[in-house]
Amino acid sequence: MSSTNNPAVTEQPRSRFQRIWDSDIFFSFRRSPITIVAALVTLVLILSALFAPWIAPYDPFNPASLNLMDGFTPPNSESMMGNYFLLGSDHQGRDVLSTILYGSRISLFVGISATLFAMAMGISLGLLAGYRGGTIDAVIMRVADIQLSFPAILIALLIFGIARGIIPPSQQENMAVWVLIIAIGLSNWAQFARTVRGATMVERQKDYVSAAKLIGVHPLRILIRHVLPNVLAPVLVIGTIGLALAIIEEATLSFLGVGVPPTQPSLGTLIRIGQQFLFSGEWWILFFPAMTLILLALAVNLLGDWLRDALNPRLR
Amino acid sequence: MLAFILRRLAQSIIVMAVVALIAFMLFRYVGDPVASLLGQDSRLEDFEELRERLGLNDPFYVQFGRFIGNALQGEFGISYRLQQPVSELIISRLPATIELAFASATIALVFGLTLGVFTALKPRSFASGVIMTLSLVGVSLPTFLIGIGLIYVFAVELQWLPSFGRGEVVDIGGWRTGLLTETGLRSLILPAITLSLFQLTLIMRLVRAEMLEVLRQDYIRFARARGLSKRAINFGHALKNTMVPVITITGLQLGSVIAFSIVTETVFQWPGVGSLFINSVQVVDVPVMAAYLMFIAFVFVVINLIVDILYFAVDPRLRVGAGRR
Amino acid sequence: MRKLLITASVLALGLAIMPASAETIRWARNSDALTLDPHSQNQGTTHTFSHHIYETLVDRDVEGNLIPRLATEWSVKEDDPTVWVFKVREGVKFHDGAELTAEDVVFSLDRARSDKSNLKQLHSAVASVTAVDDFTVEVKMTGPSPLYPNNLTNTFIMDKGWTETNNAVEVQQAGSTDDNYAVRNTNGTGPYILVSRDPDVRSVLKINENHWAESKPAITEIIYLPIADNATRIAALLSGEVDLVQDVPVQDVERLAGTAGIRVETGPENRIIYFGYRLGEEPLKSSNVTDKNPLADSKVREAMHLAIDRNAIKQVVMRGQAVPTGVATPPFVNGWTPELDAYPEKADAAKAKELLAEAGYPDGFTITLDTPNNRYVNDEAISQAIVGMLGQIGIKVTLASRPVAQHSPLIQNAETDFYLLGWGVPTFDSAYIFNDLVHTKEGQYGAYNPSGYSNPELDKKIQSLATEIDVEKRNATIAEIWKTVQEDRVLLPIHNQVLAYAMKDKFTLAVHPENQPRIYEVTIND
Repeated sequence: MSSTNNPAVTEQPRSRFQRIWDSDIFFSFRRSPITIVAALVTLVLILSALFAPWIAPYDPFNPASLNLMDGFTPPNSESMMGNYFLLGSDHQGRDVLSTILYGSRISLFVGISATLFAMAMGISLGLLAGYRGGTIDAVIMRVADIQLSFPAILIALLIFGIARGIIPPSQQENMAVWVLIIAIGLSNWAQFARTVRGATMVERQKDYVSAAKLIGVHPLRILIRHVLPNVLAPVLVIGTIGLALAIIEEATLSFLGVGVPPTQPSLGTLIRIGQQFLFSGEWWILFFPAMTLILLALAVNLLGDWLRDALNPRLR
Repeated sequence: MLAFILRRLAQSIIVMAVVALIAFMLFRYVGDPVASLLGQDSRLEDFEELRERLGLNDPFYVQFGRFIGNALQGEFGISYRLQQPVSELIISRLPATIELAFASATIALVFGLTLGVFTALKPRSFASGVIMTLSLVGVSLPTFLIGIGLIYVFAVELQWLPSFGRGEVVDIGGWRTGLLTETGLRSLILPAITLSLFQLTLIMRLVRAEMLEVLRQDYIRFARARGLSKRAINFGHALKNTMVPVITITGLQLGSVIAFSIVTETVFQWPGVGSLFINSVQVVDVPVMAAYLMFIAFVFVVINLIVDILYFAVDPRLRVGAGRR
Repeated sequence: MRKLLITASVLALGLAIMPASAETIRWARNSDALTLDPHSQNQGTTHTFSHHIYETLVDRDVEGNLIPRLATEWSVKEDDPTVWVFKVREGVKFHDGAELTAEDVVFSLDRARSDKSNLKQLHSAVASVTAVDDFTVEVKMTGPSPLYPNNLTNTFIMDKGWTETNNAVEVQQAGSTDDNYAVRNTNGTGPYILVSRDPDVRSVLKINENHWAESKPAITEIIYLPIADNATRIAALLSGEVDLVQDVPVQDVERLAGTAGIRVETGPENRIIYFGYRLGEEPLKSSNVTDKNPLADSKVREAMHLAIDRNAIKQVVMRGQAVPTGVATPPFVNGWTPELDAYPEKADAAKAKELLAEAGYPDGFTITLDTPNNRYVNDEAISQAIVGMLGQIGIKVTLASRPVAQHSPLIQNAETDFYLLGWGVPTFDSAYIFNDLVHTKEGQYGAYNPSGYSNPELDKKIQSLATEIDVEKRNATIAEIWKTVQEDRVLLPIHNQVLAYAMKDKFTLAVHPENQPRIYEVTIND
């Protein structure tokens, strides 16, 4: 982070951020067609997930509306019950297009919530560690080390298992989405914490912070008003990439059999289900959800990649 | 140096204890081992009796204490499922996982370094753009899909490579290796690629970012000004200075390679510790699960220690007091 | 040149003879045998493996009839209905050369019913076992036990001397800390000898040249390969890396059957898939009706029975690989009748809704369905289909899907309102079903009856089945019990599972009703 030694210019960090936002970003955005495509894809996927109940031809989450005899209808054809399925139907007679729309809704909701949760936790702990230092710093960073070295999947499995034990069996299905969010969030916070801590430590040394402290500004205010804006750029990049990771993590957890109930499937659960039909000829049950997941993760990753280059922070 | 290592060791022991505690908490909730141990002919008193014998009726802290006590003596008990000593099971499965992790780490390092350096030296070229975009596909695909896709293409459709297992193994002083037979090597290809893709992308992007950063530094400009050859600058100075973070991240990622192998091993029926763990989870084989998690924790601790020491060796400016990164 | 020719012809000759003299089969299924100690686990996969190395006194053919194996004949002693007499086959040798005698049988039965054995429940009515002479064994029961030989089809005979020498008399138990010799070593009388074993990875068996049977198995070497992942297992067959796949997912049957060079054999398993529910007066734990239990009303249960389209489940979820049924017993079992088996051809949602309204639930109610997702064929998909069907009559079902290790305790501890369970009937007799699924949950009985169903009169009848020796009378009681069970809708049966084995088409192996295929019965087609 570059620098000013002038304690009077307390607004500097923010304005610099704004300057980047105004100029470089849009310059590089315009210059990169692939980023524009990625942004468009992301936007379309998010919007269609958001408006799924209005767009989707069927409501796959309402079991009463399903008819088993609609099952295994190939794409772009009618079932023997006379229902039309653009992307085919699955083994329960659900419209694949509708399940994808509703499924991305769950995947995105879990992914975004988990990332926000991880972000909030990582930023607070990172600020705390960086600003206070000493024992608190050591403890937080050691915990972050553990978290970083243990695979996120294993941590999420662990948390999922513990939640299963605490929540009474009759409530588990309703809580599954929240448990997933917490599990994935808790397994991804350390990246944020580490980055924020580093930036905070740099920032803490600076004169303007000492000056602010001297004139009696509350530490919390210093952190939020002055330190936080400086670390927002890298946090945004990590957050975007973290979102893609969280979506894939949810899919992998579903593949391993922990996740949302099969009656309200996410993209990952759809892939787990579709995978059973890989050799039996019903390729569409796996293919379309898998492509959607890949497209979503790829688009978000591309955005993150572009953000990283555009903001050009020194990231690990 | 010694004080530093001692302090790290002490911290490591705490980490191990915490992992053991968390692992133990988990086991209470993954299911009832008794249910999977006894068949449908068993009666309620059998369940009660078995639960008593396994010590499952004891309070949590008593069970935990007993586990720690045994673990300290290297004793992890007998697998509920396979009825063999757990330490023996894990040791017999370890070579498979280590060979797989080693192979995929090699792939990831070699290709990651090469591609990373290439994209850093030619950041504006078309090829770099393609590589960078393609590499994102690697991290956008869930591991299990990659595995299943590779099996479908290379084992079922093309029939070039085996779909499961390790092929023939050769026993060398208790270490059963698949690296010395043709079937063993062929069996290794698909799982190793599957497992390496994620790390490959990670290493490549890291190398690229670090290289770009270093190439901007003043000393590189001075080196150029002094008329050093491009080759000497790029590889003698830039790449060398990139290695510190690469070593760190690669080292730290080794633990996650071993753990990621859970999914890969399951898909390819690779007889390593990861598939042993998943098989054990399904029937709540507590002794195996506990030992596995302790093993992972141990690997993590050792790797961290080595990375720290390497750090010291590569970059003596670093001092512990200032934090690691 | 001549030498070369001779070598070539010898080689050709060798190749020609090869199929007849040495035939290897690579046999894949989803999991490995848990142990080699035949008395330590009462579990199908383990028994299947043991049947190739060890042998039992009696066996069952593919139709489910008892046939002689190590016992040549068996009968109740003439003057004492509580004693079974077994004649032991003569001239049988263990793999290490020791001769099989009555002593070994007595030792094995005692070991199988010892405290630490997991088979002891099958022998709970045994009072003592004695050898009358070298080849006759008498089993004294605590009372008349007309069906006892049915319990012996998975009780394997070990060599007394070998077991004692190797200090393995006590059965290995879960949780014990010592390593038991019999877990990893074998000495049976069976048609195959263990060559090597790497648990979860690969086991190799070779033919026992000294086996007593006159006809030798066509397969001389078995390579047993557990492959857990369904897709990988099928891929291994398609790519030619294995010859026989035992656990074929139903959706792959059609594709495999249509693949050149692969044969698929299907046949019914002796296992019923059914739903159970809490039907006592106490309110349900997972319902919006909190003051009473809707399922306590038999009209509601009748409505659920009518709402289910079993044929649709068979056709779509099971791809035709199921035998729908209206009674919770497979056709193999004594007590099954075609009348009991009848079920509604189509779901009758209108009638079901009417019944619900009559019972006072015109808008239905909510309930949670607990289902395993890794135990029975398409268990989760079946439950999912049921959620939809019940949804159509207004019963809103939340599906809770778990691995079997978490599912079973819910049933054993009666913590579920509504659940899916599969039930195999190894004795091929209805009493086995009544004892565990219908009888009030108490003592030895009702271990898998979390429904709260309790009918003292019925319980008495169920208990009488164990000791009744008059076959006519006993069967009449069974029919009476089934009548009550059906009228009360105690269980909600769906179908009998159908098994599929897929193999290279040069092999033939029929489906075994207990899913215990015997490789020595494999035939080779030319």
